[in-house]
Amino acid sequence: MVVGFLVAAGLAAAPAVLPLFFVYLLALILVTGLLATSLNLVLGYGGLYQFHHGVFYGIGAYTAAVGITRLGWPAWLAFLAGPVAAAAAAMAIGFFCVRLSRLYFGMLQLSLGSLVWIVALRWYPVTGGDNGIHGIPLPAVLQTIPGAYALVACVVAASLAVLWAVVRSPFGLTLQAIRDNPQRAQVMGVDVRIHQLAAMVLAAFFAGVAGVLYVALERSVFPNMLFWVLSLEILVMCLLGGWFTFSGAMVGAAVLVGLRTLVGRYTEYWTLVLGVLLILLIFFLPEGIMGHLQRRWIWTRAPSPRPAAAGGTRG
Amino acid sequence: MDAGAVLGQLVVGLSRAMILFIVSAGLTLVLGVLRVPNVFHGSLYMVGAFVAWSVAEALGGHPSGLWLALAAAPLVTAGVGLVLERLLLSRLYHREHLMLILFTFGVMLVLNDLVKMLWGPTYRSLVPPPSLQGAVTVFGVALPRFNLVLLVAGPLVAVGLWLFAHRTRAGKVSRAAATDRDMVAALGVDVSRVFALAFAVGCFLAGLGGALVAPTTSITLGMDHSLLIDSFLIVIVGGLGNLWGALVGSLLFGVTQSVGLLVWPQFAIAFPYAVTAAVLLVRPTGLLRSAW
Repeated sequence: MVVGFLVAAGLAAAPAVLPLFFVYLLALILVTGLLATSLNLVLGYGGLYQFHHGVFYGIGAYTAAVGITRLGWPAWLAFLAGPVAAAAAAMAIGFFCVRLSRLYFGMLQLSLGSLVWIVALRWYPVTGGDNGIHGIPLPAVLQTIPGAYALVACVVAASLAVLWAVVRSPFGLTLQAIRDNPQRAQVMGVDVRIHQLAAMVLAAFFAGVAGVLYVALERSVFPNMLFWVLSLEILVMCLLGGWFTFSGAMVGAAVLVGLRTLVGRYTEYWTLVLGVLLILLIFFLPEGIMGHLQRRWIWTRAPSPRPAAAGGTRG
Repeated sequence: MDAGAVLGQLVVGLSRAMILFIVSAGLTLVLGVLRVPNVFHGSLYMVGAFVAWSVAEALGGHPSGLWLALAAAPLVTAGVGLVLERLLLSRLYHREHLMLILFTFGVMLVLNDLVKMLWGPTYRSLVPPPSLQGAVTVFGVALPRFNLVLLVAGPLVAVGLWLFAHRTRAGKVSRAAATDRDMVAALGVDVSRVFALAFAVGCFLAGLGGALVAPTTSITLGMDHSLLIDSFLIVIVGGLGNLWGALVGSLLFGVTQSVGLLVWPQFAIAFPYAVTAAVLLVRPTGLLRSAW
């Protein structure tokens, strides 16, 4: 709780004390962090191999961008449409995916998600094809970095609060029960598929929110937002931060975005640094950064049991 | 749409399928025997293409350059794979799939940046020797000669892998390890060495695919991107760890893309993904029997 208030106060004070570039970087970290946290709802808490989460981020962003530039919607309407479209897409894709388990779930999602990516890449009149859409006109408030930051910070804080509540709710606990032992949950009368589908839709909604916030911050969209490389990056953020913790995804996003932006200023080989970091992490901090910290320092007296079967048994 | 265009498109699709088969055969071997979803498999394919280019370039366009390149590139990638397996990967076999994905993704990032350091971000192209340039005319249709090489190479690799898996002791042991590694270990076989060999063969095939594709495309950073995901889908559609499944999946991928180019060129690349999704819905564990 105390930590939460300190973080909130820090975020509120950031535009007043930090140079503009770092305010922008902080906003980008928050957007990416929300995206990763939304993935972790299904990955860490749901135990689903959501291999193509970027698709929902892209759908949210593209819906907002297309709504504003092609359909002439007011920005606020387009911003609301983004997450709704992402959730609807998750309903459609998830309807098929929840029939399969683990690796097959992930692979089916990859092939269905790739179809969406191809639409963004090739439907030139609407999506701008491989160029994407740039210079999206936005309300005057959002055209300054502090303005965009304010929107991003408020929306991300509210979204994280909702996600936190979801994780603690009976629904969230059922989801974790399914993750730990799907068969047992089924036998106890839980409709596994409905819960997994609901989690996917919810996660996609917040991925869509992140996509819309990206548009608010960058005023552009491009097809790589829906490419599998980005999806894998988000997945790595969750694992890097610690996928059994709520805050891990945000920490992972901060590390990745921070590395790209800060190390990227000194060398074009920042991914080499990231790669080495990931390899070291697997050998020395297999539970991720926050997973390690949580076990080591924060809850030493009442250690949270590490869900043994999470992510499925091998094979 | 005349018959010639259809035949031409079919040959291009089939030769693309052969490349996909060679690469995904390596992937499916590693998945079947070691249970490792190797994300840097695509990077090794790219490394194979760049090494092939360098070898051919070093020989200054001598006709033997391409053949030497085809031999050297897979050996280099097999070596890289073997070193990584012995030093790092062999310590991680007991980890969850997601951790293995994280690890191999880390290696992928490192390999891709090393390629950027060594060869730079520019496009390269490997010109095949004069005897393989141009086209041959079959039934009045001009077919690129090098594509015919690919059409021969694919089945050769398939037969070679089948002989390895069924006629050599190492192959038989790795098939057994794919089914039940604990039993194989209990029988006194050093499973670890079998794993190393299977991984090296898998990486060899990735490099061979890269070397074979080099004369037909521009060699550049990012050439591994779509290939990696395609070969993962092929492996799943065909049945995890099943060599013939990889062949069936590759043919499905290559041919549906050709059909797509004939009927709706703008969205041709969508066809294989749509077919993959349809197959997974009907047969969730792939067309042929999975080793898992």
